[in-house]
Amino acid sequence: MANAKGNLRSDLGRVRGLGSAKEGVRHWWVQRVTAIALIPLSLWFVAGIVFLIDVDRATAIQWLGSPVTLGLMSLFLIALIYHTVLGLQVVIEDYIHSHAVKLTLLLAIQFAGWGLAAAGIIAMLLITIYGG
Amino acid sequence: MAELTLAAKDRPVEGKKFPAPAGAKRTRTFKVYRWDPDKGGNPRIDSYEVDLDTCGPMVLDALIKIKNEMDSTLTFRRSCREGVCGSCAMNIDGTNDLACTKYIADVKGDVKIYPLPHMAVVKDLVSDLNTIFAQYASIEPWLKADTAAPARERPQSPEERARLDGLWECILCFCCSTSCPSYWWNSDRYLGPAVLLQAYRWIADSRDEATGQRLDNLEDPFRLYRCHTIMNCTKTCPKGLNPAKAIGEIKKLMVERR
Repeated sequence: MANAKGNLRSDLGRVRGLGSAKEGVRHWWVQRVTAIALIPLSLWFVAGIVFLIDVDRATAIQWLGSPVTLGLMSLFLIALIYHTVLGLQVVIEDYIHSHAVKLTLLLAIQFAGWGLAAAGIIAMLLITIYGG
Repeated sequence: MAELTLAAKDRPVEGKKFPAPAGAKRTRTFKVYRWDPDKGGNPRIDSYEVDLDTCGPMVLDALIKIKNEMDSTLTFRRSCREGVCGSCAMNIDGTNDLACTKYIADVKGDVKIYPLPHMAVVKDLVSDLNTIFAQYASIEPWLKADTAAPARERPQSPEERARLDGLWECILCFCCSTSCPSYWWNSDRYLGPAVLLQAYRWIADSRDEATGQRLDNLEDPFRLYRCHTIMNCTKTCPKGLNPAKAIGEIKKLMVERR
């Protein structure tokens, strides 16, 4: 698009701008790693939920409180939240062009996402330690 | 925010109608986007009834006929009329294509012709390509080598040369970049498929010695990573190239060099 009024900077100068940020590979890579990790973890999670449907409370607590469940559930939550936050970040960067709104939303999804993950993992720990 | 609707002043209104000459038996209506910066106002869609019996087979033939015989004010870019210059890229029947290689017969019903999507319009079908050519210049599309030039050409094996196939054929018509939603929303920072395919053309060249520097220049959440593999670029390319694959190769190299 042509320069706005009062802007005599050349097109090339504008395009080069502040230069490249020299990042983005990590985001791309982690998004793919978490996606692949979520395939087995999601299957395990769904299988676990299905198993919990028909069992009594004591069995459910016993399953939820086992170290294997704690480990897998933590991995599932971290992969899920990491993947979700990265995905939402891309959507926000794509569509929100107001700097203030963008920054607010980017910070909000980080806090909300990791807050939820932390809550989930702490809940699992409490079940493991105190048996519900 | 992304612009999902046009501002009221940019919405096209119905324009003039140019009927076919008396006695024309086989006609086709061309609905063409018109906007004149000197007159301003809303863009119009003018209708031209073209006599197909006295017109060549391509959409560009019809546009030239309209300009010569019906309405000399119609403005569009064209040069080679055989798909090698990339000048007559426009939105025809809802997809970006070269008017010179698009058969009128391949369009059903009225032939709707608009400028390339989401670009500033200079006049009628001519879009402003200043930014996109500056983006092309920003990837420094020339061979860079510190090794002193040999007495003759810089040698390249047939296999090394073959890696440039599917890249060198790009004619910079920008059908791909202007079909890409990611480029629509962020064309100020995202380089777009055409420019990234060209960037890869030099990254893939065995004679070039600035590969790392080129990758440095592209490693950016916006310049490169706005590509979400939507694939509109590959679908629309009038030369049958695959910009999405070239971008994928760049992303692979970014991971490889970590």
